[in-house]
Amino acid sequence: MTLTALAALVVVLPFVAAVILGACPPLRRAGRPAAVVALAGSGLSLILAVRLVAELWGMVRTTLALGAGPPREVLLTIAWLPQAGPEPLASVGVLVDPLSTAMAALVALVAFLVQLYSLGYMAEQRPGSLGRYYLYHSLFVFSMLGLVFAPNFVQMFVFWELVGLCSYLLIGFYYQRPAAAAAAVKAFWVTKLGDVGFLIGIVLLWGATGLFAFPALARAVTALNPGFLALCMFLVYLGAVGKSAQFPLHVWLPDAMEGPTPVSALIHAATMVAAGVYLVERAYPLFLAAPAVLALMAWVGAFTALLAASLALVQTDIKRVLAYSTVSQLGYMMAALGGGAPLAGFFHLLTHGFFKALLFLAAGAVIHAVATNDMFRMGRLARGMPKTTAAFVIGAVALAGLPPFSGFFSKESVLAGVWEGGLYVPFVMLTLTVFLTAFYMFRVVFLTFGGPRQAEGDPHDPPAVMLGPMWVLTAGALAGGVLVAEWGGPSLAQFVAENVDATLPHGPWWLTPISVVLAVAGIVGAWLVYQREAVSAATLRREFGPLARAAERGYGLDAAYGALYRRVLLGTAGVIGWIDRYLVDGVVNLASAWTLRAGARLRTMQTGRAQDYLYGVAVGFLLLALLWGAW
Amino acid sequence: MLKAYLLVAAAVFAIGLFGVLTRRNAVGILLGIELMFNAVNINLLAFARFGGGVAGWILALFTIAITVAEIAVGLAIVIVIFRVRRTVEADHLTLLRG
Repeated sequence: MTLTALAALVVVLPFVAAVILGACPPLRRAGRPAAVVALAGSGLSLILAVRLVAELWGMVRTTLALGAGPPREVLLTIAWLPQAGPEPLASVGVLVDPLSTAMAALVALVAFLVQLYSLGYMAEQRPGSLGRYYLYHSLFVFSMLGLVFAPNFVQMFVFWELVGLCSYLLIGFYYQRPAAAAAAVKAFWVTKLGDVGFLIGIVLLWGATGLFAFPALARAVTALNPGFLALCMFLVYLGAVGKSAQFPLHVWLPDAMEGPTPVSALIHAATMVAAGVYLVERAYPLFLAAPAVLALMAWVGAFTALLAASLALVQTDIKRVLAYSTVSQLGYMMAALGGGAPLAGFFHLLTHGFFKALLFLAAGAVIHAVATNDMFRMGRLARGMPKTTAAFVIGAVALAGLPPFSGFFSKESVLAGVWEGGLYVPFVMLTLTVFLTAFYMFRVVFLTFGGPRQAEGDPHDPPAVMLGPMWVLTAGALAGGVLVAEWGGPSLAQFVAENVDATLPHGPWWLTPISVVLAVAGIVGAWLVYQREAVSAATLRREFGPLARAAERGYGLDAAYGALYRRVLLGTAGVIGWIDRYLVDGVVNLASAWTLRAGARLRTMQTGRAQDYLYGVAVGFLLLALLWGAW
Repeated sequence: MLKAYLLVAAAVFAIGLFGVLTRRNAVGILLGIELMFNAVNINLLAFARFGGGVAGWILALFTIAITVAEIAVGLAIVIVIFRVRRTVEADHLTLLRG
């Protein structure tokens, strides 16, 4: 089977599952059988994706070793909107390269594991709800894989919106809860704000070049006016800002935690929110030609990382901590891309996909056991659920960035990339965030699994169907670092760049000691405050008084958006509404009123007496006769 | 000589029209209409007599036949109106008023 056919199958299999579930209501309402269909779709998709990675890896290895490899077909396109001329206006297809296959493998793996985990987590749902859940899941996996393999901007945008739709559907899965419904709508609108920019950017680029396809655009980009290109790429970047929850559009992601926890793990941690990063990776040759946008990306990314980390410090809901942590880590990835280290950003995307999905699944196991999200009602769960604790701690250590866990390698290379890019202020912000990351993650660990309190009830480890996926992800979080090394073949950097000289950025010698010391300091700090209670959390909060209070309100961003909406948008709408009601409608009403009055006057001529009409006929005839005579 | 016939016909037509416009009784109006028809018949016959050929005569016969039918229908309507409204005064029949 050719590579492109394989990739097409990877995309289509979850879609087949979604169609079966969508078109066959009895199957969907049966619950568990629906889950089996969805799992079959994503499982087969995973197997093929792994095979695709293996084949491509072998090919790249040969190419790198010999300088030339077997020819491979990387692009499959089918005309979608044909037009006169050799090229169709828009096409659909798959673009198979190391970047897309690696991403697809991550998506398929996490999707399969999360669907498996959901069998246990969602077991108490009604069968109908469970079927609906797996239908949305299959649709999401299809959309995400379609996005990953998209060979042009149009297909990417279509799937981009589809994953947004699935995200909306799954955030609002518990639609009976008003908070979940509101969060779904909020996520939809806020990301849509960025998507409008994305769409305009695509159309502007097309208007200038007549192209949508990534490879062709990368070749045509040099002919464009740099200022115009910067505008286009800024607009495209806006789409990534919305989807990847960058400041100031990050406000939807914490609210998205209203969805089921496995959904948060798959969509709002590992895959969909990374789509923005992936978009920039995919269009990186275009972004390289717009350095101003890259610099903005780095600054916004670093600021987002710091801001979200500070917000994560004051949350009481375990999932909201993880959500802000995701925002923060997406900031890292964006900063790496902006700093000119796309390989580091992609590496962090992969490792983050593992350990953040792991953290969410472990948090889901905790929530499942104690039936609350509030960390201050948990405590000493390590005794009852040691396996979950182990998985969560491994994820937390990976996120904090201690060697030899995967997060250490990727975070190091991100920091090094930003440093080598000459972005010193963002570098300082990101380095500071390392400390905050370790602190807030171990605040969660000590509040949830340790600490002086004892959670109510008798919490215990989840069943094997939930633990299994967690162990696989734990292995990924532990061993993700091996990707940097050359194990009998190209390293990740060499594989993705298809260049034997490609390496992840290393940075200066003092970088590793500083970041490890900061991470350890964060862990020790959290231990002192929340485990030993040597320093009271209340005292700490008082010391940081105004800052802590501002952070608890999300720095007032939600309130500011609310005010913006109420004052500016509703105010403008009021003015426009007045104009419409009284000026535009007024003209129409005036015309109709005049017509009515004219009619009222004229009706008096209609006496109803036949003879009067006959008078009219006779007089009219006489007048005509006179006119004719005169003429 | 044609002029004399036409003048007579015009006079009859005018008398008929005057009747139609001024009579208040529906039967009187029908009579006026009948006069106007006959003025037309005089015209037709006059034109036929002075060079129009046979067409005028035939047309006059048609007109007479149609007039008879029309009067039959018209009187029937008047009778029905009288039964319903108990009047045939044209001024009282104003259902067409706007």
